[in-house]
Amino acid sequence: MSPTPSQTVGPFFGFALPFAGDAVAAAGAIRVEGQVLDGASDPVGDALVEVAQGDQFARCRTDVEGAFHFEVTQPDEGFLNVTVFARGLLRHLNTRMYFPDESDEVVRWVGAGRRPTLVARRDGEMLRFDIRLQGQGETVFFA
Amino acid sequence: MSLEQFEPPYLFPDYRATKLRAPQLPPVKLPDEWFDRARGPAFGRIPVRAEDADLTSGHAGEPLGERIIISGRVTDSDGHAVANTLVEVWQANAAGRYLDPVDDHPAPLDPNFTGAGRCLTDSQGRYRFVTIKPGAYPWRNHANAWRPAHVHFSLFGPSLASRLVTQMYFPGDPLIPHDPILNSISDPRGRQMLLSRFDIETTVPEWALGYRWDIVLRGGNATPVER
Repeated sequence: MSPTPSQTVGPFFGFALPFAGDAVAAAGAIRVEGQVLDGASDPVGDALVEVAQGDQFARCRTDVEGAFHFEVTQPDEGFLNVTVFARGLLRHLNTRMYFPDESDEVVRWVGAGRRPTLVARRDGEMLRFDIRLQGQGETVFFA
Repeated sequence: MSLEQFEPPYLFPDYRATKLRAPQLPPVKLPDEWFDRARGPAFGRIPVRAEDADLTSGHAGEPLGERIIISGRVTDSDGHAVANTLVEVWQANAAGRYLDPVDDHPAPLDPNFTGAGRCLTDSQGRYRFVTIKPGAYPWRNHANAWRPAHVHFSLFGPSLASRLVTQMYFPGDPLIPHDPILNSISDPRGRQMLLSRFDIETTVPEWALGYRWDIVLRGGNATPVER
């Protein structure tokens, strides 16, 4: 049986999909902040970003600045699976956020030039991870 | 075994918002089956109460509109039931207005309708929501653009491959041929999969019309192929 096709999450999910504590996968853990940007480097203010690995799961709707945040712990795998939904994305995008200095064979398959899009940067006590949907510095997405 | 996959493209210029949001570079292909093997998100923190499956409940009165039941079965690509998985739905009210503050369509809000629901599939993969039929609404994508009535669905399933966000439409809706979002799926068989059907068996006498919509999540032993 063919899988049911995707459709965009649309702009109006903000009253439905967020839940209490949705961005906190692990309390008292590492804070990750980032921004979703489009092909004009404008913020994507109606995206939904999910991160998951093992027992950790978190969800965050972007704000008008395209900003999202999570609280997570570093898993043994060294990365979180990241899923991006947005108005204008007819189907979701899959990527990974590697913790600084983490790497594996998947990272090595990606050309050196694009590899940094998969790795979070240290920013004081926090990590920074931006998602560029299109154009200069486009994030590596997986299929 | 290979399966045809009817996913829409990322870039579909008739849906204007795709132009600056569709990635330009091809995705990096992970080994076959990787997404099927990777465990799906642990969605257990998302609260699900029994009453969340009835979108007409939880308010002082009954919402306006045509009361309906939407039910169906969630399976994987092999036809096996996907049990105990989270189904989230959201929709406009009968007047075509979302409760979401971003929605500025000048149609009335309904104080008795939020338009968001959740449930877990049962051991047979079945789900069932009670709601009202959503209205059509304008969306400024092009001149005189109206979305056909639809209900948004989000499902998890067992793996990363099975995650699905989509929209369910109603049979016979005259706006369907004009909708670039549904028509971004080029193959009519794919579009057909997003149409519910009126179902007399689901219909409850003297109470609510029933619509049946089955959902197939990617995964199982059959491997989807890009068309």
